[in-house]
Amino acid sequence: MPTTPSPPEPRSAVRALLRLWPYVRPVRARLFTAAFIAILASCIGLVIPLVLKWMVDGPIADRDPAGVWLGALSLLLLGLAEALLFGFRRWLVARPLSHVEASMRADLYRHLQRLPVAFHDRWPSGQLLSRATTDLMLLRMFLAFPLTFLLVNSVTILVGVIIMLVQDWTLGLVILVPAVPVLITCVVFEKRYSGAARRAQDQVGDLTTVVEEGVLGIRIIKGFGRHRSQALAFRELSGKLRGTELHKARLLATILGVIVTLPELAIGAALVLGTMRVADGSLSTGTLVAFLSTALALRWPVDSIGFLLAMSQEAATATDRYFEVMDAEPESGRTAGSRAAGATAVPPLAATPGAGHVGGLRFENVTFRYPDAPDTTAPVLNRIDLHIRPGESLALVGATGSGKTTLTALVPRLHEVTSGRITLDGADITAMSREELRSKVAVAFEEPTLFSASVGENVLMGGGAGDEDLARALAVAQADFAHALPRGTHTQVGEQGLSLSGGQRQRLALARAVVGSPDFLVLDDPLSALDVHTEAAVEAALRRVLADTTALIVAHRPSTVLLADRVALLSGGRITAVGTHHELLRTNPEYAHLMSGAPAGEQEDQR
Amino acid sequence: MTAATTAPVRDEDDDDRAVESGDPFDRDQLPTPPGATGTLLRSLLSPRRGTVAVTALLLLLQQAAVQAGPLLVAYAIDRAVPAFRDDDNGPLIAVAVGYLLCATAAGALQYAFVRASARVSQDVLLDLRGRIFRHAQELSVDFHERYTSGRLISRSTTDVESLRELLEEGLQELVMVVLSAVYISVLLLWLDLGLGAVAVVSFVPLYLLVRSYQRRAKRVYRKRSTAIAAVIVKFVETMNGIRPVRAFRREAANDADFAVLNRRHERSNGDALLEMARYVVGSRVTANTTVALIVLWGAYRVADGSLELGVLAAAVLYLRRLYDPIDRLGMFLNSYQSAAASLEKIAGLLAQVPSVPEPAAPRELPERRTGLPGREVVFDDVRFAYRTGGEVLPRFGLRLPAGQTVAVVGSTGAGKSTLAKLLARFYDPTDGRVLLDGVDLSDLTGRDLRREVVMVTQEAFLFSGTVAENIAIGRPDATREEIEQAAKEIGAHDFIAALPDGYDTDVRKRGGRISAGQRQLVAFARALLADPAVLILDEATSSLDVPGERAVQRAMATVLKGRTAVVIAHRLSTVEIADRVLVMEHGRVVEDGSPSELIDRTGRFADLHRAWQDSLA
Repeated sequence: MPTTPSPPEPRSAVRALLRLWPYVRPVRARLFTAAFIAILASCIGLVIPLVLKWMVDGPIADRDPAGVWLGALSLLLLGLAEALLFGFRRWLVARPLSHVEASMRADLYRHLQRLPVAFHDRWPSGQLLSRATTDLMLLRMFLAFPLTFLLVNSVTILVGVIIMLVQDWTLGLVILVPAVPVLITCVVFEKRYSGAARRAQDQVGDLTTVVEEGVLGIRIIKGFGRHRSQALAFRELSGKLRGTELHKARLLATILGVIVTLPELAIGAALVLGTMRVADGSLSTGTLVAFLSTALALRWPVDSIGFLLAMSQEAATATDRYFEVMDAEPESGRTAGSRAAGATAVPPLAATPGAGHVGGLRFENVTFRYPDAPDTTAPVLNRIDLHIRPGESLALVGATGSGKTTLTALVPRLHEVTSGRITLDGADITAMSREELRSKVAVAFEEPTLFSASVGENVLMGGGAGDEDLARALAVAQADFAHALPRGTHTQVGEQGLSLSGGQRQRLALARAVVGSPDFLVLDDPLSALDVHTEAAVEAALRRVLADTTALIVAHRPSTVLLADRVALLSGGRITAVGTHHELLRTNPEYAHLMSGAPAGEQEDQR
Repeated sequence: MTAATTAPVRDEDDDDRAVESGDPFDRDQLPTPPGATGTLLRSLLSPRRGTVAVTALLLLLQQAAVQAGPLLVAYAIDRAVPAFRDDDNGPLIAVAVGYLLCATAAGALQYAFVRASARVSQDVLLDLRGRIFRHAQELSVDFHERYTSGRLISRSTTDVESLRELLEEGLQELVMVVLSAVYISVLLLWLDLGLGAVAVVSFVPLYLLVRSYQRRAKRVYRKRSTAIAAVIVKFVETMNGIRPVRAFRREAANDADFAVLNRRHERSNGDALLEMARYVVGSRVTANTTVALIVLWGAYRVADGSLELGVLAAAVLYLRRLYDPIDRLGMFLNSYQSAAASLEKIAGLLAQVPSVPEPAAPRELPERRTGLPGREVVFDDVRFAYRTGGEVLPRFGLRLPAGQTVAVVGSTGAGKSTLAKLLARFYDPTDGRVLLDGVDLSDLTGRDLRREVVMVTQEAFLFSGTVAENIAIGRPDATREEIEQAAKEIGAHDFIAALPDGYDTDVRKRGGRISAGQRQLVAFARALLADPAVLILDEATSSLDVPGERAVQRAMATVLKGRTAVVIAHRLSTVEIADRVLVMEHGRVVEDGSPSELIDRTGRFADLHRAWQDSLA
C-alpha cells in the first residue's frame, strides 16, 4: 500500500533549506532583527555573571553598600532588558512566520490546482495533504526556533568562549577540548538522521492516504465487512512509522548523550584545575565563579544543539518534499502545439486557423499516449480524425475501456495530445489560453463531483449569471428537486455532495454544463445514473439545447445515442465507423453488439 | 437518499454564523462528554504506567546528576580551596570524582530517558491512531456522510501530531520544570533558608501568570484546531475533484476561498505565538527581578558576615537555573493547550456511538431451508425516516423468497436506495425489522451479516494497491486462481490482463488508469468472489456498456444462481433478467409482478418498456 511517489535523493540539508529563501525574503527584515535581538538578549544573559563577579570581588568583599546597590540595580536593569528583548523577539516573528507558513500553503494549493491531471492520477492526495499540513508546520517551527537559535546559540557559545578565554585562557582551552568530538558526532548524526526523518515523513503521508481511502471507500469496506482488515493494514503502516520514530529517537538519544556528557566533563576538569589555581592564589575566587557560571550558562545553548539539528534536518526533508511537488511542471500555457511538430502529416487545411470552412470541433490525426506510459505500449488513441460540424452533436460509442473518456478529456486539455491537433471553429486549442478554451467548452463528467457550496453556486460554476440562467439549466437537467431542498438552491451540498443521490448529483452536473450556454459541450455518459422516467424527460429537454450546440456525447445506451445526430464508434484506439444510429445498427456488427448486446457475429479484428 | 436530508449549511467565512446554525457537525464540534478528554488521556497512558514510571525515574535521576554541578562548585570553593592550601587533596579528588560520575551519569541517563520516553509516546500514538481509525471504520455510513473525510483526516493527522508534540517535548519539559523547581528550591532552602524563601515566594506571581496564560491559550488553540481542519477539508475536496475544478476554471475562485480559510488559520496561529510572547516577558521579568533581589539581600548578608560567599555564589548559580526552565514551562503549556484542543476533538469523535451497533446477544442464522444458496428476505412493517426528519419509507412490507432476483425501479427519491441500504444494514429502520431467514439483521454479528449480504454500489472506489488486491477485498483468503476466475466470469479478465502488470498493476502507478466502467467490473468481481447469499446491486451497472451489463447478468444467472438478488436499476435491459419487478413511488410499491406480467398491464412499467424497445429498433 505505501506509495512514495519519488525516492528521496541525498542532498545537503543546507542546500535544501536555502530554497526557502523566496518565502522568507518578504519577512527577512523582521526575522534578522529578531535574530539580532535574540543574540543581544543572550549576550545580556552572559553579562550577568560578569556583574556578579564584579560584585563578589568588589563591593561585597569591600563591604561597600553603595556598590552593592549599584550592582543589584544593574542586575535588575539587565534582567528587565533581557526579558523585554526576548518578548520583543517573539512579537516580531509571530505574525510573519505564520504568514510564511500560510503563503507556502497557499502557493502549494495554487500550484497543485494547476498541475496536470496526470500528476494527480499518480499522487495519492494523502501525500499531498501531509505536505500541506505537517511538513509546513515543521517549516514554521524551524524558522521560529532552530534557525534563529542555531545562530543565536553559536554566537552565544562563541562570545561565551571568548569571555572565558579572556578571563583565564588555560581554563578556557580546557572547556574547548570537547568541541571537536562533539562536532564530529553532529556531522555523523546529521547524515543518519536525515534518512530516517525522510522515511518517517513519507510514512505519515502513506498513513494519511489509508485514512482517506478508509473514509472515501467506507461503503465498500462496510459492504464487505472489511473494516478489520483495513484496520490491520493501518496498524501495519502505523507500526512501521513507530519503528522509524523509535529509530530516530535512538539517534537523537545518542547525540544528546554525547552532547551532555563531554562538555560536562570539561566543566568538571575546569573546576578541578580552577580550584587548584585559586588555592595557590593564581586565580581569584570571583574569576572562578564568573568563569563557571559562564560555562554553566552555555550549557543550554550546547545541549540544545542536538534538538536544533534534528529539527533542522526534519525541516530540510520537509522542504525537499514540498519542492518535489512545487517543481512539477504546471500545465503549460499555449505552447503545447510545438510538441505536435514531430507528428506525421498534419493536413494542409490545418494551416488556416479561423477559416470558416473548418468550423465545429475537429480532431485531426490525434494520437494520445499517457506521458508516463512506456513508448512500447500501444497508444490509447491512435490517429483519430473526427469532425463535429457547428451545431451538430456526435455520440461516441465504444466498449468499456476503449478510451472514450480519455478522448473527451483532450478537448478541455485535461490531457495534452501526444501528436495531431484539435481545433474549435478552426482554431487550434493549443493556440488559445486554457482559460479561454475552458470557457468555450463545458464538460459534464462521468463522476459528478459537487463542491462544498450551495446548489446554485455549484451550477453557476459552469458560467451563466443570475437566477434566470440557473432556473433554465435546472429545468433542462430535470433538477427541479433543487427548489424543494430545505433552503432551495441556497442549500449547501456537503463535501462531494454526499447528501444527494447519484442521480441528483448527475443532474446538477449536467445543469452546470449547460448553464452557460457554451459553444461546445462535452458530456461523458451524462445520463448513466438517471432512472428511466427522468432520463426520458432530460433527453427531451437536452435535445432542445443540443439543437444549436456543438456537442460530443459519450454514450453507452441507445437512448443516449439517440440524442445525437451522428455516432462514431471508437474501437482499438481508432474511429472505425461513423454514421447514424440506425445505419450503424444495420451495418456494423460491433456497434450492434454494444448497443443491443446481441452477439457480434464473427469477432471483429481489432486492428 | 432524498432531498429530505437536511444538507449541511456551512459558512466558511464566518465562525459566528456557523455557530448559529446549531448543528455540531457544521461547527466541527461534536459534543464531548464532560471529562472525556482527561479520560482519554488517562486511558492512553495507564496501560503504560510501568514504562511511564521508569521514564520519570530516569529523568529524575538525570536531573539529580545535572543539578549536582553547582553543589560541587560551592563545595570546591568553600572546602576544597582551603583544604588544598593545607595540602589536603581529599576534597579536590572528591570534587573531581563527583563531577566525573555526574557527567557520565547525566549523559547515560539522558540517552536512556530519550529512548524510554520515545517508546512511551510512540506507543500512545500507535494506540490513539489505531483507535481513531478503528472507531471511524465502525461508525455508520450516515455519520461519514456528515462528518466529511477532511475532518477525519485532520483528526488522525494534525490532531494526533499535536499530541505527539505534547508527549515528546511537552511532558519532558513539564517534568524537568517541576523537578528542577523542587530540587533547586530544596537546595536553596538548605543552603540558606532566607534566600530560598525569597525564591519560593516568587512562585506565586509565576503561578498566576501561568494560569492566565493557560486560559487565554485554550481559546486560541481551539480556534486553531478548527481552522486547520477547515483548511484540510477544502484541500481534500479540491484534490479529489481536480477534473471539474479544471474544466470549470475554479482555480481562481478556489484560491480565494482557500485564502480565507488559510488566513484564518494564519491568524489563530499568530495569536497563539503572541500569547506565548506575552507570557515569556512576564515570566522573565519576575525571574530576573527575584535574582536581583536575592543578590542584593545576599550581598548585604555576606557583608555583615552572616552568609558565606560560596553559598551566595551557589545560590545565584541555582537561581539562574531555576528560572531558565520557565520559558520551557511556557512551551509545555503551549503544547498542552494545543494537544488539549485536539484531544477534545478526538474524544468527541470517539464518543460517537455507531448508529448501527453490533448486537449484544448475537443470533446465528438457521441452516438454509431450501437447497438454494440464497436466503429469504422480509421487510416486516419497516418505516424509515432520517434523524433530521423526512420520512422516506412509510410502513413498508415485502417478502423476497430465497433465490429470487428482484428488480426495483422507480424515480429518484422513491426509496429504492433506502431499501438497499436497510437490507445491507447501512442504516437500521426507524420502526419494524428486516429479517434474513427469520433473523433480525440487527441480531447478526457484522461478520455473519457481511458474509451473507453484499452490496455493490454505483461508486466503484478503488483502494491503492494492485488490481488483485482490490478484488480480494471480497474474500481476503482467496487464491490468485479464484481471483482470476471471478474476473473471468464477470468479463473483467481481458482488460486486467492487458494492463502493464496484469493483476499486479498498481492502480495508482504508471499505466494503472482504469475507467469508470472497468472499476465497476472490478467491483463486481469483488462481489462475485465474496459469494454472498443475498446480493444487492444499487445502480451498479450504470457505467457499463450493454455487453458489460450482459456479462454481469450472465454471471448472476450462472455463478450466482439461486442467490437472492435485489437489483436497483434504471436500465430496463437489467430488469429483463429479473424474476420479479417492483415499481416504487414515494416509498411504496405501486406495481409488483414478473416482467412479462407488468409489460402486459397498462402501468408505468409497460410505458417505459415500450419506449425502450423503440430506441432499439
